[in-house]
Formats: sequence, structure tokens, C-alpha cells
Amino acid sequence: MDFDLSKPQKLLKDSARDFLARECKPERVRELMKTDTAHDDKLWQAISDQGWTGLNIPEEHGGLGLGLVELAVVAEEMGRACLPGAFLSTLTAAALVERAGRAKSRAKYLAPIAAGQLKATVAFLEEGASWEVDEIKLKATREGGNFQISGRKLFVPDAGVADLLICVARDGDGLALLPVERDAEGLSVKPMPSMDGTRKLYEVAFEGVTVAEADALGADGDARGALRGALEVGCLALCSEMVGGMQWVLDTTVEYAKTRQQFGRAIGSFQAVQHQCADMLLMTESARSATYYAAWALTEGDPSASVAASIAKAYCSDAYREVGNRGIQVHGGIGFTWEHHLQLYYKRSKSSETLFGDATFHRERIARLVVDGGPL
Amino acid sequence: MDLNLTRNEQEFRNEFRAWLDTNVPAEWTGGGSTGSEDNDAYIRYLHDWQRKLYEGGWAGISWPKEYGGRGATLMEQSIFQAELARANAPQLIGTIGLSLVGPTIIAMGTEEQKSGYLSKILSGEEIWCQGFSEPNAGSDLAAVGTKAARDGDDFIVNGQKIWTSFAQMADWCLLLVRTDSDAPKHKGITCLLTDMHSEGISVRPLRQMSGDSGFNEVFFSNVRVPAAQILGEVNKGWTTGIAALMNERANLGAGIQVVFKRNLEALIERSRTIERNGRPASEDPLVRQKLAQAYLELEILRLNTDRSLTSLSKTGIPGPEGSTQKLYWSEMNQRTQQAAQEILGPYGQLKDFDNGMWEYAYLRSRGNTIEAGTSEIQRNIIAERVLGLPKSY
Repeated sequence: MDFDLSKPQKLLKDSARDFLARECKPERVRELMKTDTAHDDKLWQAISDQGWTGLNIPEEHGGLGLGLVELAVVAEEMGRACLPGAFLSTLTAAALVERAGRAKSRAKYLAPIAAGQLKATVAFLEEGASWEVDEIKLKATREGGNFQISGRKLFVPDAGVADLLICVARDGDGLALLPVERDAEGLSVKPMPSMDGTRKLYEVAFEGVTVAEADALGADGDARGALRGALEVGCLALCSEMVGGMQWVLDTTVEYAKTRQQFGRAIGSFQAVQHQCADMLLMTESARSATYYAAWALTEGDPSASVAASIAKAYCSDAYREVGNRGIQVHGGIGFTWEHHLQLYYKRSKSSETLFGDATFHRERIARLVVDGGPL
Repeated sequence: MDLNLTRNEQEFRNEFRAWLDTNVPAEWTGGGSTGSEDNDAYIRYLHDWQRKLYEGGWAGISWPKEYGGRGATLMEQSIFQAELARANAPQLIGTIGLSLVGPTIIAMGTEEQKSGYLSKILSGEEIWCQGFSEPNAGSDLAAVGTKAARDGDDFIVNGQKIWTSFAQMADWCLLLVRTDSDAPKHKGITCLLTDMHSEGISVRPLRQMSGDSGFNEVFFSNVRVPAAQILGEVNKGWTTGIAALMNERANLGAGIQVVFKRNLEALIERSRTIERNGRPASEDPLVRQKLAQAYLELEILRLNTDRSLTSLSKTGIPGPEGSTQKLYWSEMNQRTQQAAQEILGPYGQLKDFDNGMWEYAYLRSRGNTIEAGTSEIQRNIIAERVLGLPKSY
């Protein structure tokens, strides 16, 4: 057994850290937060030049065809840099196309995604804000060889810049995964301003949008399974980001505790402060163990993969918030200011907590798997 | 990254598992208390069990081959602990000798000490205890006050130790004593290999709130210990003691997680038969949340352990990271036992419900954050030695 990154994986992680330290400084993150989309064409192109937009996309479609441990280390560094924009959304959509798409759709979408020419997102949540597939209400009705969609999706990340939206809709008793391009007739996108300015959310309205039945994803296969698989990949990437964010908060806080003086000594010499930092380390490392394991299990198709993904998300959701709380507490007043970068991570931790389901949602999934013995 | 066992690791596991299948005594039902009336019989029973392991070649597997071990890798040691727990095998009566004293003697002992003690630790012929803590030297271990005064070729030891596990049955003690009262406290300590049958030693068992009598007070009154019994060097016993404690913290994780796993499986099983709001507790959303939280925390214990084993395999020396493991499992077990109590309600407190296992586990877990270094001390170690924060004392 070897529970450590391989040499190439470590190199990839180091180079991602260096790259993001250059290209995505906190000042840049703050500028992008103020924009409508948090998207930057130049930054996106630079990311895709690194090969990251096609990291997991098979080589036949122009990607690097790497595994999910590689994704985990890159996403970890993205989280450490609090990278704004549509990486996570596009990655999740690509995972869905890869799992659910017919050859035609895969060929159509994956290569442009890998090349950085296509940004995408999955439109899932509705009024109920539930990540439970069975609670999808938006209907796609079949009519003359087309699906017709009328209704709303909410909290759709990055819909403002996505060239492609994959709408998860109800098709009778089953699911329809419908690719809708940005310029489709009847589609409108409206911002939902929210706490975390680095990951913009939108309301997406479909008014009689049509998608040819032949273009639907997952129509000839297991749409539900494909969707679950893609969401698990998204979940894993998000958990990795969260681990990187925790690491940033931990490092920043420890550094501050070493230098900030009160009562004539560094506050890091007080046990009340030390113990906060020790707990932050424990949570960060535990989150990392859970996330790396999920990455490995999902890559290998291990039977524990689904439960591993939920363990990682349940733990990271609680831990990132808590690491943020402790970090700000140790910083005191300066940690609560707009000026300090901690606020970026604190807000990111909250938006990440609910994205793809919060800890309560994932604990229920774990219970279905280990108390009831599955299926999900 | 490859989280599958290697072929060698699998073979090792299969071999030991097969050995356990045929050798764990059929009459053994797990548990057992050293405080029972047939204490002597129980101790003999445990002696026999270790003898059996020894004869099968399964004692002290981590030790180098030249000292009678197998030179097992850390991963194999982890597998060994996990398999022992999985088979619900009796505890190892010689565990202090095997995991703590033996490796320290191998690292620091003289040739005479190695040939004198090691094989008897393996066979279980001689049982060891660890005389570190004192009434006034708990978390502040370097404050040991038990004095050893030089008298010709001997030391004369006077003082008291406390929380000494296995002292009531031990033949030897890895004893920390003060040999220089004028030196700074870390620099006047010596480690003595002390015969527990010496004149002047008396042992008084302490009963724990869970009912066990696992540990003891040990009193030393003019006990003569030959100077040849020094492990390491005079006044450098702090180094010896720390080396031993690192072994302790590094070794605990692997077996304990399997014990916890069995406990949680029993709780999940129980939740299906006990009722909550007119239906099985396992269908109650709050109970499901608690069970899932316990499950995920335990999985993460396993993953943290495996990750630190990988890192330990590469660096070779147990480091302060063991403190994060200790902190994690001890606090986790307290949360899980509280969850069990909440799920089981008043049944959880009954002594004849599931043989009193929930009542016992809850009380026993209370000691977890104190034994083998309190949570506060573990956090101090993490802060200072892992995160590099300034010393607080």
C-alpha cells in the first residue's frame, strides 16, 4: 500500500501551485469578484494551456486522459489560490458528457472543452434547492422528435459564461440530460447575487426551449448513473479545492500566530491559540485523507467509491467552515475585515459547503449505503 | 498512490489470518477483566496465548530478524494489529515489552541487555511495565521525582509511580528516575531496567470508573538497582523515554480502528432492532445522521492511519505526527460512544443489555483523551513540533 502522491503527481501539484501563485494572486481574485461573471478570458486560456481543462478528458478527444488523483492535486491548488471562474462547472459538465453522451455528443463537446474553447455547466437545482435526483420537477416533454423544456433552474453556477448548459429534467419516470447551447431560443440567464463572489450563481429560465431527442445525453443509457458519476467527480474536485482552501487558511493563521505580538510575546505561544491551530491541522489533514482516498477509489472504480465521495464531502463541508472560523478567531479583528484575504476563503467555504449537497445530505447518502446497504 | 495491498502484504495478511483462524482459542469470547477474582488464571491464560504467538513466529514481528523478529514492514505491522483485532484475539499481555521496551532496547541497549531481555519479551516469559507517570509528573513527565541515588555499583530508588498498566503482573519495569536534582529537569533523568521482584517494590491496583483494574500505583522504598541496568546513558533518560513514547503513539492506531469498527457495526445492527418513534431507530433521520457521522469519522481514522504509515515507512522514525492520530481517535471515540448512548437511550446504560458493552464502552472512552498523553498535551506537541509555533512553557 502506498498512500502518497507519485512523483509525477507531486510535480504536477508543485507546478500548479507555482502557476497559480503567478497567475491568480489574491488581488486578481478580488478584481474578478467584482465582475458579473468572475471569469477572465486570459486566465481561462492560461489554464487551458496548462492542459487543465482537458485533464481528465480522454486523449482521443484532445485531453490528457489523467486520473482523478491528478485532478485532486490540481484542484487543491486552485482552492488554495481561491481561483474564480468556471473550472469546476465545466469539469462537471464534461464528466457528464463523457459518461452520458453518445459518440456524437462526446465528439462535439469534449474536444472544445479540452481546448478551452467551450465552458459548460450543469443546471440541476430548482426551488427546493435539493440535490436529490428524485426531487427534480422540471419536465421535458417529447414532441415531434424534440424535447421541450419550460421552467426554471436556480443556483446554476457560472451560467453567465457557460457556452453550454446541461439541463437535468424529468422525462416521464426517467431523467433527460439535455444540452442547451447559450444562444438557444427561449433561454435566459439572470444573476443571483450571493455571498461568494468567486463563484457566480444564476437563475436560468427555459421558455419552450427545444432540444432534439437525438441530441439528448443519456437517452440510450443509464442517465441516472451517469449523472451520479459526474456529480461525484464534481464533488471530488470541490472537496480538493476545499482542502487547498483549508491549507491556505491554516498556513496564513500559523504564520500570523508566529508574528503577532500581545503581552510582549507571539500569540502563537499561548495554548489557547496553539490548540486552535492544532485542530485546524487535524481537520485539514483529515479532509485531505478523505479526499485523496475518494480520488483513488473513483479512479479505480472501487466498490467504496460512492461512499468515499460522500465521506469526503460531508467531512470537508463541516471542516472547511470550521477551519475558517478558527482562522478568523485567531486573527482577531483584522480577520473580520474586508481588507484581509481570509474573507475570500470564508465565503468560499460557505458556498462550497452547500454545492453538490451539504454534510447532512451526504450523511444521509452514507446511511443509505452503510445502514441500509444501498442502493443510493 | 495505490491503496491496494501489495502481493507481499496480501500474502502476509492471508498467512496470519489463516494462523489466527486455527489458533485463536475457541473458548475465548473477547473482553475480560484483569480485576476478576480468577486473576491468576486469566494472567496464565494470556501468557499461554503469547507463547502460542511466539511459537508460531508471530511475536515482535517488527523487530529485526537477528533479534528474533520478522523484520516486518510498518504496513505489515498495521495488518498484524488489524488482523488480531478482526479475529477478536485475546490481548497481548506482553504488549509493553513488544511494542515499547523491546524496540527501545534494540535501539539503545548494550549487548548484555539485548541478549538478556529480548527473547524473553518475545516469548512472553517476562512481562514488562512502563514506570513513567507519577502523582506529580503526569503531562509534565520531565518532572519525575522518583529518586535514584548512586551507591557503589547500584542505584537506590525511592518514590512512586502511578497509572502503571500491567504492573500487577510485570517482571520488569522501564523506569524513569531522577539521578541529578540540580540539573535542568530534562537533563537529570535516567532510564533503569528494574526488576519488579526486587525488595522494596509494592504494587497497589487502581480501579477505573469502568470497573477495570488495568493500572496501578507502584511504590519504591530503598530498591536496589545495579548500575548495569541503565538503558542509554546516565542523565539522558529523557531521550530514551521520548523514543519509547513515540513508539507507543505510532503503534496504537492500527488495532484500535478495527475494535471501533466492530463496535460501530454492532451499533448499526442494534439500531435496526431498537425503536424510535414507533419504527426501527435505523429509519429515524436523526439516528441515521449520527450513524453516518460515526461511520465517516471512523473511515477517516483508517485513512489517516494509512497515510501516516506510508509517510512513516519512508522516513523511518515515528515523529510528532503520532499526536494527531492519538488526538483524533480518542476524541472520535468519545463522540461515537455519546452517539451510541443517544441512539440506545436508557438501554445504553444497562449492565445486562448486550452484556453491558455500551455502558462499558461509554465509560471506557472517557479515559481515552487522558491516557497515553492528554488531548491538551497532544495539541501542544502538534502546535510546537508540527506547526512550529513557539513553546508555551
